[in-house]
Amino acid sequence: MARPVRFNIHPKGTDIHDNVALADLPEGDMGSGYFATSFEKIVGLARKNSIWPLPFATSCCGIEFMALMGAHYDLARFGSERLGFTPRQCDLLMVMGTIAKKMGPVLKQVYIQMAEPRWVLSMGACASSGGIYDTYSVLQGIDQIIPVDVYVPGCPPRPEAVIDGVLKIQELVHNESLRRRNSPKYKALLESYGIQ
Amino acid sequence: MSDILLPKEKNITLPDGSIEKKTTTLNLGPTHPATHGVFQNILEMDGERVVSAKQTIGYIHRAYEKLSERRPLYQITPLTDRMNYCSSPINNMGWETTCEKLLKIKTPKRVDYLRVIIMELARISDHLICNSVVGVDAGAFTGFLYVMQYRELIYEIYESICGSRLTTNIGRIGGFERNFPNVAFEKLEKFLDEYPRALKELDSLLMRNRIFMERTIGAGPISAERALNYGFTGPNLRAAGVDYDVRVHSPYCSYEDFDFTVPVGSTGDCYDRYLVRDQEMWQSLNIIRQAYQKVQEFKGAEAEVYHADVPEYYLPKKEDVYTKMEQLIWHFKIIMGEIDMPAGEVYHSVEGGNGELGFYLISDGGRTPYRLHYRRPCFIYYQAYEELVKGAMLSDAVIVMSSLNLIAGEMDS
Amino acid sequence: MALTNDRIKERLIEKFGEQVGNFEEPYGMLTFEVPKDMNLKVMQFLYDDEELRFQFLTTLCAVHYPDNKGRELAMVYHLHNLTDNIRIRFKAYLDINKPDIFTATKLYEAANWLERETYDFFGVNFIGHPNLVRILNVDEMDYFPLRKEYPLEDQTRKDKDDEMFGRGGTLGYGTVKTDDDTTIAESEKDNVGDKLV
Repeated sequence: MARPVRFNIHPKGTDIHDNVALADLPEGDMGSGYFATSFEKIVGLARKNSIWPLPFATSCCGIEFMALMGAHYDLARFGSERLGFTPRQCDLLMVMGTIAKKMGPVLKQVYIQMAEPRWVLSMGACASSGGIYDTYSVLQGIDQIIPVDVYVPGCPPRPEAVIDGVLKIQELVHNESLRRRNSPKYKALLESYGIQ
Repeated sequence: MSDILLPKEKNITLPDGSIEKKTTTLNLGPTHPATHGVFQNILEMDGERVVSAKQTIGYIHRAYEKLSERRPLYQITPLTDRMNYCSSPINNMGWETTCEKLLKIKTPKRVDYLRVIIMELARISDHLICNSVVGVDAGAFTGFLYVMQYRELIYEIYESICGSRLTTNIGRIGGFERNFPNVAFEKLEKFLDEYPRALKELDSLLMRNRIFMERTIGAGPISAERALNYGFTGPNLRAAGVDYDVRVHSPYCSYEDFDFTVPVGSTGDCYDRYLVRDQEMWQSLNIIRQAYQKVQEFKGAEAEVYHADVPEYYLPKKEDVYTKMEQLIWHFKIIMGEIDMPAGEVYHSVEGGNGELGFYLISDGGRTPYRLHYRRPCFIYYQAYEELVKGAMLSDAVIVMSSLNLIAGEMDS
Repeated sequence: MALTNDRIKERLIEKFGEQVGNFEEPYGMLTFEVPKDMNLKVMQFLYDDEELRFQFLTTLCAVHYPDNKGRELAMVYHLHNLTDNIRIRFKAYLDINKPDIFTATKLYEAANWLERETYDFFGVNFIGHPNLVRILNVDEMDYFPLRKEYPLEDQTRKDKDDEMFGRGGTLGYGTVKTDDDTTIAESEKDNVGDKLV
């Protein structure tokens, strides 16, 4: 016999303020007709809510990404409405799936073609560290060839976990200084990967 | 920035023969929105027509066959998950039935019927992706978006049984790891109620749509003799006119108890493949209904059976491991890997989403297989791609690629 | 009269006599051995014959037995007769120093990539193959990885501590090398726990 449903049998009335997240105003000077704040804060706020991802889907994590883009776990509500398949037009490179050594140079080329500022999210265990494939043909983590900002573990990670990863990327985007990409520290990071 | 290249002053060297060459080389490279998975096609085109195609695969080669030599039998199930990841339970069940054939284990009927339910759900899930993606490549994005919702329902069913959505690692050698909870059956009933409407909706969107028909009819046809020679199996072969289905030819998991038809096409082009997959989804629904009814007929103690009695390969219940001596010994032996398989070689195949997925297992009496070879349908039929697209236009080449349902994880083992 | 394994065996012995041998039936599938230069003749016979219509190549692969000197690489072919629903398997043994065998691509197009994969993994040389190059591994690879003497893991990786995985480190699994720098396969080692490497 089917078990009787126990939860959510008396749905409460909903209030729009529970469902819609309103972003806070950055701190600044406000008056009638003007609002003065630092440039970085506005740019950060604008960038973080419209990150265009490039899904570099190689294997099973790619199918989980398709579920993520579907209507159930919508990634579009975080601003990633438009998926670009060309690196020249994207901000976030989401590497999903196992990267074999044969694919490594292709991934590096795609990364090099992206314009600054660019972020990398490594989704899944295979992209983060090689996953269950400790073999001669699998790259043990994409951070061997490109710098990574956020790692999302899981095999495959649940869509909620990937959304959590994207939210962390949004934090990074929000708080990034406008001068970071020209700073010597960032240049040294790219040098260590052999990327000019 | 560095010095700008001035064409008149710097010597640009072109590859040999590229000025006399009459064809353009187009690289549908490993990262491309149209290739669903990582494989590369280098097409030689004469204007808009394809003259020849050269394939490069191996961009996701994970050395499965070598990896399997290192792992005991139950640790190979998660590897098989990730081959055809759109329908992972079929791969898992295929591997478990191979092990059961090697170890001469006979599973009880209830286990077989439950396996059939899971496998047919996985087949629906695989064909849904393929058909809706063919729609996307022809330009119809809506079908894909609507249908993904029903794949979520299937994922929920898997989750309530084994805990994972996509790479399920479902089932153990001899049966399942736990009895299906009632929630799973509730969700299955919900699926059986709601899904036919969605499939009808997808049909009405694409099947008699003039644009879709004109895109797909005549694109990439193959005759039955050539298909057999190329080693095609599965929906691609059935679309070409040969009714070879492993479920009917060499039934496994009590498929002989079910009454279903195998749809067969005639020309083997993309439209026939679409139709064959669509009809197979209806037949799978039929099979799931029959299997569910048969499962519900088990009453009393028989309704609690979910695995065969194989103490050497099936982990005993945790309560028993803590209290009884024998179960503790079996638990230790299985986990620490002190169980030796019988020596021998066995080839077993199941009907995967793409065709005959075969496992050739050679055991030398040790703990891990001596050699495990996977007969992967995608790998074998991708060779025919050049013949399918020769003389076709570029957009046909793209549609043929997606209608063949190429899954990169299965292609490069 | 339905085709049975015994009938197939009779026809094969009738046609090829002593050259086909070692008939076994593990788990119901007839398995026999052919000498390596006869593999194409046997396949052609099985294909053309009116009674034994084995016209579908299911798969082909190779197996490496490092202990059988002179017969290290076994090529295994699986054929299927779709009309009578019978499967058959035959093997041809090759010497590892000269692993040449005729290609089946003229008979079955499916064999093209299957043979490339076998070449990639084991180094079997298929005579007459249109394009025998590596297919799954990187093109620059200079060894044949599925042979038993090579390890599974990439030996140059630095982030995985072998000792934590139960090999290498202080226990000697997987990274013990001989004098000419090939790794010793685990089955050939003795007293593994005693040596501290």
